[in-house]
Amino acid sequence: MIVRTLLLSSVAAMSVMLGAASASAQTQILVPDARSTLSAGLHDAGQAASNLTLEYSVAPPPGFFDPEALFAPTPRSDDDEDAPRPPQPEVKPKFTPLALANSDMAMSDGRLFVGNFNGFNAYDVTQGEPKLVMSVVCPGGQGDLSVHGDLLFMSVEQNRGRLDCGVAGAEGDVNAERFRGIRIFDISDLNNPRQIAAVQTCRGSHTHTQVPDSTDPKVLYLYNSATSGVRKTDELGICSEGEPDANPETALYSIDVIKVPLDRPQDAAIVNRPRIFADAATGRVAGLWQGGRIGVAAQNTAQTNHCHDITVYPERGLAAGACSGNGILLDISDPQNPTRISELFDPDMAYWHSATFDNAGDKIVFTDEWGGGTQARCRAEDPANWGANLIATIENRQLRGKSFYKLPAPQTAAENCVAHNGTLIPVPGRDLMVQAWYQGGMSIVDFTDPSKPFEVASFDRGPIEADRMVVGGYWSAYWFNGRIYGSEIARGVDVLRLAPSDLLSAAEIAAAESAIHDEINPQTQTEYKFADTPDVAGAYADQIARATGHDAALTARVQAEIAKWRAGTVDRRASQSLATALTTAADKATGADANRLKALAGIFGRLSAA
Amino acid sequence: MVPAIEWGVESLHCVIGLMISGLIATSATQQTPPIFQPGAPGAATRMITAAEALELSRTGFTEGDVRFMQHMIVHHAQAVEMVALLKDKGSDPTVKRLGERIAQGQEAEMLIMESWLASREQPVAMAGMDAASHAGHGGMDHSAHAGMSAQPLSETPIMSGMLSPAQMARLVAASGAEFDRLFLEGMIQHHLGALEMVDTLQAEPDAAEDPIISDFLSSVVADQNSEILRMQSLLSDLLPDAQTSPPTPAN
Repeated sequence: MIVRTLLLSSVAAMSVMLGAASASAQTQILVPDARSTLSAGLHDAGQAASNLTLEYSVAPPPGFFDPEALFAPTPRSDDDEDAPRPPQPEVKPKFTPLALANSDMAMSDGRLFVGNFNGFNAYDVTQGEPKLVMSVVCPGGQGDLSVHGDLLFMSVEQNRGRLDCGVAGAEGDVNAERFRGIRIFDISDLNNPRQIAAVQTCRGSHTHTQVPDSTDPKVLYLYNSATSGVRKTDELGICSEGEPDANPETALYSIDVIKVPLDRPQDAAIVNRPRIFADAATGRVAGLWQGGRIGVAAQNTAQTNHCHDITVYPERGLAAGACSGNGILLDISDPQNPTRISELFDPDMAYWHSATFDNAGDKIVFTDEWGGGTQARCRAEDPANWGANLIATIENRQLRGKSFYKLPAPQTAAENCVAHNGTLIPVPGRDLMVQAWYQGGMSIVDFTDPSKPFEVASFDRGPIEADRMVVGGYWSAYWFNGRIYGSEIARGVDVLRLAPSDLLSAAEIAAAESAIHDEINPQTQTEYKFADTPDVAGAYADQIARATGHDAALTARVQAEIAKWRAGTVDRRASQSLATALTTAADKATGADANRLKALAGIFGRLSAA
Repeated sequence: MVPAIEWGVESLHCVIGLMISGLIATSATQQTPPIFQPGAPGAATRMITAAEALELSRTGFTEGDVRFMQHMIVHHAQAVEMVALLKDKGSDPTVKRLGERIAQGQEAEMLIMESWLASREQPVAMAGMDAASHAGHGGMDHSAHAGMSAQPLSETPIMSGMLSPAQMARLVAASGAEFDRLFLEGMIQHHLGALEMVDTLQAEPDAAEDPIISDFLSSVVADQNSEILRMQSLLSDLLPDAQTSPPTPAN
């Protein structure tokens, strides 16, 4: 979350477009629905669920909730509303509402790790309901975390961060005990988590991303994205600030590449600070967006001198950088030396915040954290393409903006809301993403057609307070092995399950729930691969049946064969003939439907040969 | 170090400590796992109570933070005032557009600062002065305007990092290309002053630890730096003969 300059502009009725570089689809119209008028409350707010079922809601554990950081109890009065009353002092939080905010999440070996501005919590989720197994306190914010085997990595950015996980005496602009960077914990023993390393960086660490070495399994890289101020040289010798024209060594305009030798993680160290924003032709270090508006009705776009978040897709050799003023595409085939191959600017994007690839690796959903996450930016009067997702394609290794998607239902002024973190939901044949919108709740978007994204499901609560903004809502909403986990800044952790609907069938959900990864760090994407099962075939069949003008007779044959398969009998000859018919149909179809028909033909072809 | 703003913190902590102990006692039957506080790399981990965990999360804020926010509101108000002059007196449309952007940005930041102060029950104006009249000292007062001031205007700004009354008066008196030059030079000086204020605050013990103020500082530094850069390039583009090296902040 970044508290950014807000520009009080009227609605950008006329954006200044940058030709092909700009997402140019029609502006979405936000329509109020049940989510727009939910009743307020910390634990008893109204809820609206569409095609999602809330299975568990787990309040913050002891030591991780402070009512004084959210609000003090309001004195209640049963007096007549109209009766004259002495003016009441407005009740305010006594500590920052972000002091104990839950933040990002990771999943490993049946355990859910939930980052927090004051440390992290681990839950066993193998039995469904999250069961707390470990609480660790280590202040410094924001607690963005990732897990690899027995190691847990945590981002620390605040000046108050200390090497020893305490807060005493972290004062002055130079302090040898200060820690800003990435901590490494050994979590092999849940009864004795230990800090084993702490890699200091010049701007601390806002987020980080694990990148496996392409050949050496004993080496892990971390890409560190840091957004705050540069430390004094006296505190950390490699650091100095300033614009690169005046100071070529400036710690601005780079990311940190940290090498972690997995057999000696205590030796983790920065090995590169690549100038990934440099001008491709001139080599000028500050080569991308320099900040400001491109036109009167455009967003005030941040200067590209850092990345907020980087998502890597190692199997494709690519990384998507959400880098303040630009979205960028990096070649990471040599993970230690990422190089930029494309960049995107858009006049409606204020702050490129995070990125998610589709499973094929040819689309990217970028988010725009306009207002920094602590502001109400989903009100009816807010522009529908500001603070939204920008959906881009990768064509010939070049990024192209295609459309915007924003939470479709307006929220109140008491709800901080803007596009935030999400992951893919692995439904074969479709590109689905579940995503957090802070107090806008969570929304699942289908972006299979990058020009026509639409909502498939959602869950939302009312504001924490009705008349006053109390920062809360989902920081992240991630699909982890069959369920959606939401880290709620103030309310804890929620677990939700997809419910079948016209927009998403039981077979599609079952196919998604069957795709399991042991370790999931959402910013390190791994390809979902689908086995040949009746559910996967059923998912494709249900998708084909939704297409207008589909061959109903063929679809009926497919469903009949799948029913037999489910019942345990496979008719090889019928499968073979179905595979042939599907291949013929695929040749006549286009786009996603052609791919679905092809995939289904492949399944029946293999089934006939089995 | 003790945060300067007390809120009656000590007594409240005792109450909360008791409440938390009560919670733990209740949940002890459910065997809540212990809370660990790791040590420095290589050092041992210890167990802490829930009350200690909360205590570690509490950042509070200092008198310096409050002063900084109050001061910065006055500081930003001067920028808005300078841009108000630009509308009538400036000549170059690019400078006017840039000025508009700067004013919008500064006004938006003023709202953030006011809300930060209000939600901590702190006055928006500094003790003994109010922001509006204060900004007025900078040059909008009519005696300076008409050049009828009985005494020479001070070359010393009322706060470090701002333009002095005399500088503001020269801006008011100028027009056309000369105004553009004074405006850009003045605004660069003004922005550098903000950066220095941030540096000064960060050097204070316990200051800027509230995550919201800390993030705010980052965005101030980023925005002012990029605007300074644009103003410097504008200055050299528009007025190749003018002195383009940034004036140092007056303090």
